Amino acid sequence: MSSDTAGSGSAAGDEPTAESDASGADTDAEAPASATGRDDDAGVTATGREADEVGAHIDGTPALAVKNLRKTFGGITAVDGTSFAVEAGKMTGLIGPNGAGKSTTFNLITGFNRPDSGQVLLNGDDITGKQPYEIADRGLVRTFQIARELEEMTVLENMMLGPQHQSGESLWRAVTPGVRSSVKRDEEKVLERVWEMLDFFDIAHLAEEYAGNLSGGQRKLLELARALMTDPDILLLDEPFAGVNPSLENRLLEHVHELREQGYTFLLVEHDIDLIMENCSRVLVLHQGKLLADGEPAEIKADERVIEAYLGGEVE
Amino acid sequence: MSVRDYLDRLTGTGRADTDAGAPGDGAAGTDLGIVVGLMLAVYVVFVAIGVVLGYDTNGIVNALSQVTFLTAVYALVVLALNLHWGYTGLFNIGVAGFMAVGTYTMAMATAAPDARVPGLGLPIWAGIALGMAAAAVIGLVAALPALRLRADYLAIVTIALAEIIRLTYLSSAVQTFTVFGTQLGTGGGSGIGIEADPDTVVVEFLASVPGLNVLFDAFGSVLSGMGVQQSVINNWYYAFVLLVVVVAYYWLLQRIGHSPFGRVLKSIREDEDVARALGKNTRLFKIKSFMVGCSLMGLAGILWFGSYGFINPNTFLPQVTFFVWIALIIGGAGSNTGGVVGAAMFAAVLFELPRYLASIAGDTGGLPSAPPTFARAVGALFDLEPLAFVAYGIDNIGPLRLVLVGVVLIVLMQRRPEGLLGHRKETAASIGLSRPNRSRETTDATAATDGGEEQ
Repeated sequence: MSSDTAGSGSAAGDEPTAESDASGADTDAEAPASATGRDDDAGVTATGREADEVGAHIDGTPALAVKNLRKTFGGITAVDGTSFAVEAGKMTGLIGPNGAGKSTTFNLITGFNRPDSGQVLLNGDDITGKQPYEIADRGLVRTFQIARELEEMTVLENMMLGPQHQSGESLWRAVTPGVRSSVKRDEEKVLERVWEMLDFFDIAHLAEEYAGNLSGGQRKLLELARALMTDPDILLLDEPFAGVNPSLENRLLEHVHELREQGYTFLLVEHDIDLIMENCSRVLVLHQGKLLADGEPAEIKADERVIEAYLGGEVE
Repeated sequence: MSVRDYLDRLTGTGRADTDAGAPGDGAAGTDLGIVVGLMLAVYVVFVAIGVVLGYDTNGIVNALSQVTFLTAVYALVVLALNLHWGYTGLFNIGVAGFMAVGTYTMAMATAAPDARVPGLGLPIWAGIALGMAAAAVIGLVAALPALRLRADYLAIVTIALAEIIRLTYLSSAVQTFTVFGTQLGTGGGSGIGIEADPDTVVVEFLASVPGLNVLFDAFGSVLSGMGVQQSVINNWYYAFVLLVVVVAYYWLLQRIGHSPFGRVLKSIREDEDVARALGKNTRLFKIKSFMVGCSLMGLAGILWFGSYGFINPNTFLPQVTFFVWIALIIGGAGSNTGGVVGAAMFAAVLFELPRYLASIAGDTGGLPSAPPTFARAVGALFDLEPLAFVAYGIDNIGPLRLVLVGVVLIVLMQRRPEGLLGHRKETAASIGLSRPNRSRETTDATAATDGGEEQ
């Protein structure tokens, strides 16, 4: 059964809930009437995860840890021996003035840049220097600072791209008569999840639209939804609220909180300090490539060094 | 959307397969209509011009077979290139090189061991398979280093590789050589003959198939009754075969395009970093796409230049690549149907039509002899002898065609930069993507409204 589940194929082995989801979808396929049972929609995928995710990290291994990460570009040291950990199932904020090394840190974690030294650990496994696709495959998925949509593809196509290891991504399966019908069956399962996710993010009415026609805020929603289609454990969001109007920002935040409650781990980079303070349980402050402070929002707010860094004062 | 839903309910088809954008019957029907309609229009124009200008039947039928042949071979290469550029965004301007590898490999594999340029003496089918494989391998060699680079660097690498290939075949060092005790050769600058040329072999094979041969005989006797020569009739047979191959290419590439594999290719074209961030091993996808496209180019080269019975390195000049690119740009990158339309527009209208007019003018006479230089031709205009100017133009129809192509390209870039059918975005999925019917029936009202606004 796990072998023919579309998107969650690989995850099925070590995530019992993924299997039960898929079997849920299967029964639905047989009995359309039961569709009403999925009123809470994308919640289906996620509610089941909660217990699983939390259980997986009960031993205290952080979901993500970086140790002494260092990266220089020419003469500029972008990230200078940074170490921190991100707890599973929590929302952690990463702030810092412009040029503090936040985006570079993201790139180093997700494999888009290779660190000069240091380590990145995902659930205790060393993923330093791995390719971005390998890291995404292990459940750590990022979004981009400026929403990067596949503009000449529709919202649906963007979403369909998300799931990992789709059977039809193999060339011979995609073209060989006979085998292709199983590809189609898998696509139907993926499609169902896509529509659930679109409903969850309230962008189903944009489904047929080209991603290039979406507004900035809608792109942010789509990007988050697309990242979720990969079935990640940890989401790294690079300024997800930049350029988003306040009402959409609230909606995005609600979604993020809902997802966190379902067991997803978040690390977000954000410029809006108030937003981070209100929504994150832990805040990391980067300054000039170094970790300046690490603690609960209240502690960070009271930290003299953080205030100085933001006001441009001297840091010892 | 609503019409489709309505039709869905009418026909009671639960499946979403017939939705627009998917490779459903509806879309395929229109596309076939476009292509067939265009070809028929081309034929009508050619026949009308021939009849009006009093060209003989054999000449007209021959011109039509030429048009069909050229359209078909251009369509093959354009379709292969569309996989590279239209789908994956790989800027390959070494098309001629990959066609050369395919054709030369096939020629060297099938040449008799005792021919002027010795070969392996393999049957044509083995030659074709080897040719395609060789083109794919050379594609891999080019791809491994180049696909790590940005698109424009791939372009430089491919055009350089194509020239290296051509100059290698030109080199006298490999005119004949010995590998593992077997004599082989490329013929160097004097070229290599293709003994088993696809033209003859395929037609002979078809004429021997029971059932088909009856059809062929009937077709042949009708044409020969109209005074058409046997060689022209044979050209038609081969053109038919090529059309079948075009259909096969189209089928294959549509399947690739409308699949999760094609979806990843498309995402690479749009933004490779996004695809990587979503866990796709984009390098592997690019290599696969490149190799498949190259081997299809190899086969296209065999069917095109191989059918002339003789090739030399100058058959594969870079201009071949550029002509193919122009055809793709005219048709619209990203659309397979657009590729076929572009091939027909380029090969039939821009390339063959002027030559056709020139050959009619030459055959039917009535024009004064052409002035030897452009200055004299213009001078003739002032002497109120416009026919001499026309004769000069017809005499130089080859270069003038390129001027025509240039003008068409400029107008196209200004008026319709996406090409004739480039605006059509085909959905990269193996199924229609509208909301699955089973949830639509029951939760349409609830899911769409309350699943959305309230959250």
